[in-house]
Amino acid sequence: MIKTDAIIIGAGPTGLFAVHQLGIIGLKCEIIDNLDRAGGQCIELYPDKPIYDIPAIPECTGEELTNGLLKQVAPFKANFHLNQRVEEIKQENNLWILKTNKGNVFSAPNVIIAGGVGSFEPRKLTLKEAKKFEGSQIFYSVANKNIFKNKKISIFGGGDSALDWALELSKTNEVTLIHRRSEFRGAAHTLNEVKQKEKEGKILIKTPYNLNSIEGDKIMEGIEIKHEDGKLEKIKTDYILSFFGLIMKLGPIAEWGLNIDKKTIPVNTETFQTNKEGIFAIGDICTYPGKLKLILSGFHEGALAARACFKRAKPNETYRFEFTTASKNIHDRLGLKK
Amino acid sequence: MPKITYITHDGEKNTVEVPTGLSVMEGALQNNIKGIDADCGGSMACATCHVYVSENWLNKLEKIHEAEVDMLDMAHEPKKNSRLSCQIVVSNNLDGLEVTTPIKQS
Repeated sequence: MIKTDAIIIGAGPTGLFAVHQLGIIGLKCEIIDNLDRAGGQCIELYPDKPIYDIPAIPECTGEELTNGLLKQVAPFKANFHLNQRVEEIKQENNLWILKTNKGNVFSAPNVIIAGGVGSFEPRKLTLKEAKKFEGSQIFYSVANKNIFKNKKISIFGGGDSALDWALELSKTNEVTLIHRRSEFRGAAHTLNEVKQKEKEGKILIKTPYNLNSIEGDKIMEGIEIKHEDGKLEKIKTDYILSFFGLIMKLGPIAEWGLNIDKKTIPVNTETFQTNKEGIFAIGDICTYPGKLKLILSGFHEGALAARACFKRAKPNETYRFEFTTASKNIHDRLGLKK
Repeated sequence: MPKITYITHDGEKNTVEVPTGLSVMEGALQNNIKGIDADCGGSMACATCHVYVSENWLNKLEKIHEAEVDMLDMAHEPKKNSRLSCQIVVSNNLDGLEVTTPIKQS
């Protein structure tokens, strides 16, 4: 069990700045995120799109903002626990015990939920019969490409993931790339390569088609796709790879006994505490009168929540407000040389 | 104020007044219209405010942006008349607009 002063759920910009705000007042924290890297929506939804409303930064991309925050929190050496989702939370005296889907257990007097709109999960195929083949013949990401060797593969999607895997797997497999419209939105050079492979007969491209049905009972034997004009076509398929991006799901947070209003958590704006003592919510996931879903609001919310955490983490100490410009304590915590 | 009609996938109609300048997505959220999630809050990054626009209204909307078409690839069952409601700005010309929400958004 990992013991700490505060556990942050969500490593988006708000969660990252909360690490900083806890760090400068001398609190330790652990940070957990379901994605494989820090950055949240910034890195997953708009890594290349410029953001224009971060104070003192006229323009930066989601990726630059994330990298800047990671650099800013580096002195505090917070542990990142990525690729895992917090499943359970329970109270033991004054402590909250959290368990992730990877079996890691954490204990702290404070939990800061900076979960945005929820955890990112792949958007799944909506056909009912898809469910029974998920994990065996239908995949939303590729963990081991060797299983596909010399098989018939149907890839759905029009973006870089679909194009990249079509190229990669066409080396050893029969690949059909299926997309709902004739335009793909991948990088130009990837697209050229795919077109080249199509000419060579290495990749079969089917547009504008959608998945209509899946054939096979215990084992998927093939699929039927439907042209925009209604024409149906069958394709023998051993594996489906589907790349329709990620969706955000509130997930287990909804089951923790917190007040929830339209997928957001109401908080007290003095401390950003939820209806549960010691559980705070900041960033897009929290709500209060006048709430703005801006990154800068998340920074403010994290600063206040961190001060509230102090009282529960160090009940016998008095919190003293200090400026980063002048405080020797803060300079020590930042690892600055005198 | 322009009236916008939101129709659920099973035909339930809700007509509400939406101030000009707001998006059709914002009009839905402010009036507690079901069927529009708008997870990303209108930054055209999630495709969970997807609607079908009735044929007679489609050509009255401003031309669809390429980035919106790209994002619609991620939507649940996109069709030729699919739009992201966060990108449709309500104006007096759109008084009477009807949009249908898909069976689900994600």
